[in-house]
Formats: sequence, C-alpha cells, structure tokens
Amino acid sequence: MEKTLYTLIVHSENIAGLLNQITAVFTRRQINIESLNVSASSIPGVHKYTITAWTDSETIEKVVKQIERKIDVLQAHYFTDDEIYQHEIALYKLSTPEFQSEPMASKTVRRHSARIVEVNPTFCIVEKNGMSEEITALYEELRTYNCVLQFVRSGRVAITTSCFERVNEYLDMRAEKYRRQKEEGHE
Amino acid sequence: MSKERITGAEAMMRSLEHQGVKTLFGYPGGSIMPTFDALYGHRDRLNHILVRHEQGAAHAAQGFARVSGEVGVCLVTSGPGATNTITGVADAMIDSTPIVVIAGQTPVSMLGTDAFQEVDLVGITQPITKWSYQIRRAEDVAWAVARAFYIAKSGRPGPVVLDFTKNAQTEMVDFEPMTLDFIRSYDPDPTIDEEKVKEAAELIDKAERPFVLVGQGVELGNAQEELRTFLEKADIPCGCTLLGLSAIPTAHPLNKGMLGMHGNLAPNVKTNECDVLIAVGMRFDDRVTGNLATYAKQAKIIHLDIDPSEFNKNVKVDIPVLGDCKKTLTKLIGSIKDNKHTEWIDSFAEHAQTEYARVIEKEVYPKEGPLNMGEVVRAVSEASNNEAILVTDVGQNQMMSARYFKYSKNRSIVTSGGLGTMGFGVPAAIGATFGRPDRTVCVFMGDGGLQMNLQELGTIMEQKAPVKMILMNNNYLGNVRQWQAMFFGRRYSFTPMLNPDYMKIAEAYEIPSRRVMKREELQDAIQEMLTTDGPFLLEACVIEEGNVMPMTPPGGTVNEMLLEC
Repeated sequence: MEKTLYTLIVHSENIAGLLNQITAVFTRRQINIESLNVSASSIPGVHKYTITAWTDSETIEKVVKQIERKIDVLQAHYFTDDEIYQHEIALYKLSTPEFQSEPMASKTVRRHSARIVEVNPTFCIVEKNGMSEEITALYEELRTYNCVLQFVRSGRVAITTSCFERVNEYLDMRAEKYRRQKEEGHE
Repeated sequence: MSKERITGAEAMMRSLEHQGVKTLFGYPGGSIMPTFDALYGHRDRLNHILVRHEQGAAHAAQGFARVSGEVGVCLVTSGPGATNTITGVADAMIDSTPIVVIAGQTPVSMLGTDAFQEVDLVGITQPITKWSYQIRRAEDVAWAVARAFYIAKSGRPGPVVLDFTKNAQTEMVDFEPMTLDFIRSYDPDPTIDEEKVKEAAELIDKAERPFVLVGQGVELGNAQEELRTFLEKADIPCGCTLLGLSAIPTAHPLNKGMLGMHGNLAPNVKTNECDVLIAVGMRFDDRVTGNLATYAKQAKIIHLDIDPSEFNKNVKVDIPVLGDCKKTLTKLIGSIKDNKHTEWIDSFAEHAQTEYARVIEKEVYPKEGPLNMGEVVRAVSEASNNEAILVTDVGQNQMMSARYFKYSKNRSIVTSGGLGTMGFGVPAAIGATFGRPDRTVCVFMGDGGLQMNLQELGTIMEQKAPVKMILMNNNYLGNVRQWQAMFFGRRYSFTPMLNPDYMKIAEAYEIPSRRVMKREELQDAIQEMLTTDGPFLLEACVIEEGNVMPMTPPGGTVNEMLLEC
C-alpha cells in the first residue's frame, strides 16, 4: 500500500511513562518514527505530542486507535500535510573559513530566509525556520560548499487548520457526561 | 469520615476491603513484607490463598475473576515475585480479565540502582496491562487502589499492576478510603450512536441469511439474556468463540456450536455463506477467522464492541456499533422486527450431521480401542448434569473439552484463549473454586500442562480446594505432535514425554486419585471423582496419537475444514 507522511497529534495527561507507551505502539508494528516532539499544551496539565511517521492509511488508523486506548491519553488524531500548518527549526554549524571563501554562501543563507546567529573565527551558526523540505533544501545547498560541520533539525510541530478545538470540546463533553451520570445516579 | 493515621501497608489492606475484596492470591517476600504484616491483622476479613509459585497466583486470580465477574487480586514481592506473574498478566490482557497485581518494590531511595530484587515492573508491564502504576508515597495508596479497580473492571476489563515501593508501605498516612468513578481521559461506557443502531437494525431486518458470532464480551457485559432475546426475536443462528461458549446454553436451538480452527463444521462453513454477519463482543482472532482474505467476504459485517480499536482491526466492518453490548443489544432488540429464517437455520443441520458422522461419533462413542479424549470430556460433562464450570489447560485437551463439554449456565468456561498458556489450568481452577464455591469446577489438562504448574497441587492440598482434575494422559505434547504429524512429516521433535506416576504424586499431596485405562471403568471413576468431597485427580490414559478434528489448517479458509487427517 502507498505510504504517506502522517502527522499524529496526541493529547494526554502529564504522566511519567506515557511517552514509552505511545512509542511502543509504533515499535510493535515496526513503524519508524520520523520525528517526535513533546511539550506542554495550552491546556493546563495536558501534554501534546506531535509525531510523524511514514505509513499507509489503514495502519495509521489502527495506530491512532491503539494510542487512544491508553488510559491517560485524552485524544489522538492523524493528519496529512494539507490539514495542518507545520514547522520545524534547524541549526547549521558552518566552518567560518570555508563559508567565507565561498562567495555564494551568504547569499544562499539570505535567499532561504535563514539567519546567521553566531559568528566567530572558527565557525558560524545559521538558524532556519520552515517546512521540512525548505530546511532540507538549505542543507543540500550548503553542503555543496563543503562548509557544514553540524546540522540538526527539530521534530515537527504542527497545529491543525480546522476551526474547532477538539481537545477542549472533548474535555467539556466528558465533564458534562459525568455530571449527567451523577444526576441520573441520584434520581 | 475522620481520617486515621496508619501505615501505607495498612492503607492497602483497608483500600482492598473498601473495594469489596475478600479473597487474594499471593506469596510473600522481602519487599512486600510490611504489607503481609498488615495482612496478618486482616486475616479474618481477607482470605489470602498462599500459592506455590507467583504464576499460580496470577492464574488463580484470573480463574476467580472469570467465574465470579469480580476483580481477582494478587499480592507478590518485587523482582522474581513480580516477573513470575507476567505470564498471567499478559494472559489477562489478551483475554480481557480484570485482575489487580500488587507487587512489592524496593524503596524509592534505591530505585534505579539495581538493588536486590529490583526490576522495572512498570516498564515491563506497560504493554501488557490496561494500567501500570508505581506507588511511591503512602498518600497515594487510596487513590491508586481506587483507580486500579475502576480501570480493571470497567469498559473492556483487563489487568492492572500496582508497583508498591517499600517506603510507601511503611510510611504513615492520614487515611480515608476512596472511590473513583471518573477519569477524564478514559470513557469505559461510550455513548451509543443511535444512527448506527438504526443502520444495523435495517440491515438485520433485510438479511436473508444472518449469522451471529458470540464472543466473551457478552459474558463480560452480562448481556446473556439480551443476546438470547435478540437471537430469538430475529431468529438468527449463532456460533460462539472459545471464550464465548457459555454465553448461550449449548442446548439452545439457535446455538450452532463453536467457531474457529477446531470449532464445529456448520458455524465455520456458514460464516462464508451468510449475508449479514453480526459479531458481538469478539475480536476476529486469527484462530477464528483463518485466512482473512477469504473470510466472510460475501457478508456485510456489523460489529458490536466496547473497544473502538477492535473495529477494522482484522476484518473490515460495515457498521460498527460502539458501546456496552448489554445496551447496544437492548437497543437493537427494540429496533428490529420479529423475523423467521427457518430455511437458513435448517441448512446448518446437513453440516452438523456430516461432522457427527465423520468426527463426533467416532470421538465420543468409540466401540473399541483406547479411551478417546472427547469421550472422557463428554462423560464428565454429562455426569455433572452439564452444569459444572469447565477449566482447561492448553492444547488438545483444551480443544477437546471446549468441543465436547456442554454448557447450561453463564460463565462456565475458563480457558487461556489469546495467549494459549500451558500450565493455566490447575491454578485457574483453584481460583474458580474460590470465585464460585457453590459450583463444581472441573479442569481438563494434558500431561504437559499439568506439569507446568504441578506445584499448585500443594495449594489444593492446603486449601482443600475442591478441584476436580481430569488428566488426559497421552504421553505426548499432543497438539504439537498433531501438527508435526500433519505439517512436518511426522517428525516428532521433542513431543514424546516420559511421565511420572501421577497416582504417587497425588498421594504425596494427599489428593484422592484414580487411574482409568479401560472404557468400562470410566463412568465409575467419574462418579467417584464427583462424589468425593474436595479435590480429586482422575487420570485417563487416552489414545496416544489422537487428533483434534475437524481443523482449519493455519491460514486456511473457514469453510474448507479438514474432517480427517
């Protein structure tokens, strides 16, 4: 089946050991995680995981359901690139002598809307925000100048482009359902 | 309620009592000693069954839970005590059995230092539990126990592990028992989508050849009555999975028998002839479906389950109906029309007759030769008026007893389905006698399985647990031998087994026993077993190279079962 790069967004309680449980779902199915980013979300006490992986549509659906099955996971959803706004950050450590000896190098950095954040006689550091492909494109170009000492990219962070906030709605729905249950229980 | 200052260990005891626990299975050791010390003061309220190996504790807790519908509890020490329960925990996970394993753990100050009997239990058990949690402070005991029991028994049940650090057992806490009935990230009783019920009802009403697959979910959801009403109202025949066998009596005219690799011929054949397949609380295990590419391709599939991750997992579902099947079946009953499918139902008979003539008659009513396994099983079942609880080990004994035992009451089969754990039988049967002391518990096993947890005969001796053990001894690891005969050119690689004298073993454990070699002695021996107070070991020396038939070979198609091999 055809493989697509999917972005999973998972919201969970902030509990130690949960990351392990989530990644284990991928391991069991021998799916490589391309990138993984974990941080606090806008909701207090709720963590957000942004995970990318290449797989097919059937598998991703099963993976998401199995993640959602974990007791402390609030919600898990998967998206294709056209359903999200996504970004990465990358840092490029370049050899200063090599960088300066290549007249096109600094133009390349400007053309890619990257910026030089540190320069010293030995190395300089270039920082770039952008889509995955843009970051790769800059790397490929810099590499042709033989000046790249180190290169690192963050995992993808993403937000959905739809209008509603599913996690907030989910939490409201859960609270409401519990309230109704209690009322019915007391009748 | 005013709070009382007590130790974490004492808080554990009181929390268990608050959850209604009366029986637990365990084994003491270093890191759980403070808790066992607290247990000493609760002996009059908490009946602790000392097993002989922690694996036995886990399986006993499973047997207890499966027959009673309550949560089974284990209490073991850290390190090897905890790891010895792992097989039982994994078994409980795949078979959706509610158990709570409480294991000791080194004090927090020593965690991660490779301390004596330290093992990363939470790390090990995360993939095989519904929830796994380390209690690091005495303050957390009440909450963790309340959460553990809520998770274990609600929704699709499953095992929970509590890793109880030694300092949390000895430290003091202002204790107040807790009850927990809400976790915002976990909805064990999903709201039913009325639209799906309506779609399902319309499809069922229009169906000409509907067929129901009954899974353990019916028993777990206490929906046996609803299932029966549903089947009768719509006049739909059904087949049962191994774990769902007692959800509807064997004798019910709409019950067409067992599904799966060694199930009955008619329900397997008809799976590939029906036009609407309604699966209730089952998970389309590969032992049920055989080759998925040829499984029920002609049918529209309705799947009732409480676990959304089961939908489309193995079989593409046309109408998923999420929810507690007691509720979804009730709604379906209200939405469907009364119906009749006489011709369709009658068409099962031909296959049942074929199976009877070519397999069952020979197996159950042989005229000569050594004893057959099916013959022994059926004789025990009938001698107990088909009302006993059947516990099985794993292998040929399991398939034979599942096939030839008859079920008339709910929650009457305890077997290791998903994991297929040899050695499960004896300890699970011990647990079952504590879960349902009012019922007769018969466990069938082979010579391989009995020896995998043989030490639990000590538990039976000490507890005088009235386990009726039927050892079907064929001097082989029979199931593997059968496969070697069928698929590996009769190369019997390490399946013949030299056996000890089981009568002497029984004698050493003071368990009454009898060995049967001849057909003429069988009935008398069974009567002796059933009328003897307390445990009994009946060794039936059965045909050495007996085969379980019919069979869908692994990866085969359900309607192409082999009747002979």
